Amino acid sequence: MTLLDEFQLFLKTLGWPDWAYYSVPALTGIVIIVAAVLTIVIVFIWWERRLLGRFQIRLGPNRCGPEGIFQPIATAVKILLKEDIVPAKADKVVHFIAPIAVFVPVLMVFAVIPFDKAAILVDLNVGAIYIIAISSLSMLAIFMAAWASCNKYSLIAGLRAIAQMVSYELPVVMSLVGVAMMASSLSMVKIVEAQTLPFILLQPLGCLIFFLGSLAEMNRCPFDLLEADSEIVAGYHTEYSGMKFALFYLGEYGVAFVYAAVITTLFLSGWQGPFLPPVLWFLIKVFLVFTLILWMRATLPRLRVDQLMTFAWKFMLPMSLINLIVVAIEILLVPASLQWVMIVINFGLAAVLILLFSRMFTFGGGRVEV
Amino acid sequence: MPEITYSITFYLMAAIAVAAALGVIILRDVFRAALSLILLFMTVAGIYLLLHADFLAIVQILIYVGAISVLIIVAIMLTRDARQGQPLGKIKWVAGIVALALIGVIAWGVINTAFYLSSTPPLEETVKPLGNLLFGNPGYMLTSEIAAVLLLSAILGAIAVIREK
Repeated sequence: MTLLDEFQLFLKTLGWPDWAYYSVPALTGIVIIVAAVLTIVIVFIWWERRLLGRFQIRLGPNRCGPEGIFQPIATAVKILLKEDIVPAKADKVVHFIAPIAVFVPVLMVFAVIPFDKAAILVDLNVGAIYIIAISSLSMLAIFMAAWASCNKYSLIAGLRAIAQMVSYELPVVMSLVGVAMMASSLSMVKIVEAQTLPFILLQPLGCLIFFLGSLAEMNRCPFDLLEADSEIVAGYHTEYSGMKFALFYLGEYGVAFVYAAVITTLFLSGWQGPFLPPVLWFLIKVFLVFTLILWMRATLPRLRVDQLMTFAWKFMLPMSLINLIVVAIEILLVPASLQWVMIVINFGLAAVLILLFSRMFTFGGGRVEV
Repeated sequence: MPEITYSITFYLMAAIAVAAALGVIILRDVFRAALSLILLFMTVAGIYLLLHADFLAIVQILIYVGAISVLIIVAIMLTRDARQGQPLGKIKWVAGIVALALIGVIAWGVINTAFYLSSTPPLEETVKPLGNLLFGNPGYMLTSEIAAVLLLSAILGAIAVIREK
């Protein structure tokens, strides 16, 4: 029973009418989630700017408040005050809807993220597929923005978005299937409860593939070809300014938060942990995953388009298929008391497969040799 | 869900679905028509949700919104003058008559069908029964396997067609 259900029962005992005790807790939950997500996203923005500063041996924003903590708020105010420019030949309606359509799916995904056993908006029994389905909506929104801008650079970014997300969705779903099989459920709460050992130990390869695939899905470095500023200006949001641009910006960090939360739930045993309260454990893990994402951005150079496609189809997809089959066989053959055998086998397998595949496809020189 | 919330949600979804469907055929701009179609898919998913078919609703979004619509949009990218749309051809009267006849047949079919309401309560967990039906032992194992082979042969066929000699 979630907190919202309890709230609902409480209102029912107070004698509220049917429609009220049903809709008031739902709306309350939505407002709380939106507020929490926006707050955490603002913290993430500050953390990213500060940490990137450290990585690049400079200070980063440190003037506004202690350690520059108020810098994101100052940035937000500045963006709000900027003029909203719409190109003359743009498709005005679609140009207006696109930033909203980017941001809404991000918030929708949080409906099934369990911050705690009870702190979840709704524990869908199809939670894991819900996340995949809803996050595929933002790809369409990016394409809407790219098309409506009537700008060739935006359009190229839109095409890249479609190619990239269609390719990387496959390995992501494949590694999610492995988790669902092991937990024998698609509900997010049950997946967390099934993890007496975090699934990152039982399925290291699946976790790695999911992490890399979700980096590509959220268009972060090294997969940020959509906004490769040396080639296509700012990609799909070249023609956006003011609050509309801010929505894209927030959406980008929101997606990073979503995937950090999903990885925490699927592979890092979610809210579970000793001593500290569950919500705090969840946030700590999310923060660690986000820092890892940031580290990737600071360290790795951007891939080329052909390298990106090769990496998805010839490297990640076969590995995720092999991982899926191996996990399925292990679930059938290895008894629950011998989980350490599984850990040893899977770590060995991951190492062997990665070595083998990196030998088969070298990314050296100027071109991909297959 | 209380009766009134249910009704409001249903009629809202239905109204948006009808409007979106009309938008698909009325809008000149092919890209906007495609977006309207996507809105239609999403409202249909919402109606599935109201009918307690949550797995179907999610799969509707995953397949239709996430994949089919991408196919449509890529096709639009290869179209010239996507913003003007296609002007009506010489056969518009014939097309109109055929469309009206089709609407008539469908409306007649819907009006004259007796719809039965099921009194069994909806399943709490839909994924496991569905999986058991698809892959279980008396189930649709053979048909789903054949579907997989069919898809594989379609992929191979596509590769064979586009391969450079």
